[in-house]
Amino acid sequence: MTLQEITSLLEAEVLTRETDMNKPIPCAFASDLISDILMCTKEPTLLLTGLANTQVIRLSDMIDISAIVFVRGKQPTQELIEMAEERGLPLLRTKLTMYRSSGLLFNAGLRSCKI
Amino acid sequence: MAEYINLDPQYSASVESFFNSSPEAEVSLEFIIPEKDFNVAGKGSAEVKNLLKRLGIDPEILRRVAVASYEAEINVAAHSRGGKMVSDVYDELIHISFIDEGPGIKDIAQAMQPGFSTADDLVREMGFGAGLGLPNIKKNSDWMKLTSEYGQHTNLEFIIFFE
Repeated sequence: MTLQEITSLLEAEVLTRETDMNKPIPCAFASDLISDILMCTKEPTLLLTGLANTQVIRLSDMIDISAIVFVRGKQPTQELIEMAEERGLPLLRTKLTMYRSSGLLFNAGLRSCKI
Repeated sequence: MAEYINLDPQYSASVESFFNSSPEAEVSLEFIIPEKDFNVAGKGSAEVKNLLKRLGIDPEILRRVAVASYEAEINVAAHSRGGKMVSDVYDELIHISFIDEGPGIKDIAQAMQPGFSTADDLVREMGFGAGLGLPNIKKNSDWMKLTSEYGQHTNLEFIIFFE
């Protein structure tokens, strides 16, 4: 699935500039707990989260995050968006809940990441 | 002084010979970890990961080093009055130690229990405080040692082999 398809399915807003919308996304994981995200990301993964602090970007320095979707309408700060742009990490934002977002992506064929 | 040690048995001889020979590190990096500064926390671990990446270390090993180191760095920022991390890279392994300014751990056995946490609201709001930091460090390292005296300081060190 591409970032473009994910953006349409979640009626999401793209927060980062110069985002490659054709970027392929192989799988996804959803959580609001940093330790879980760290342990469950072993391959390039789309992260769905309600955490909108800069430590979420720090996480992408440690593990392979392909893109982040902020759920429940969480709005990250400009500082966070700039940190993501420096790293070439695409950020999306949706008003949908984590459950609904995950369900929509799963039904459309985006698999769960290997944990 | 209470202590907790975990060792993957396949590395027991290698760990023993490492400490007995006390070799000189090829590269050494030191970072200060200020108390509750979550803009800085994690920077040291990211730099250590980048260094190992440049040295051509296997990606799965890189991931384990990054996860263990990041969890430990966050622990120092979240639970102590600040401290430092010292990463020593050798031919076959990395040894990282975290030394803080206190206040120490009351009950180490309890701290090692998955799900146990003393994190405050600020730390929890940021997505930490699941009580999985120390268990994740244990899971991702080949050897770890946690030493603490309540009222004093805490020292956590771990080793991860490159092969």
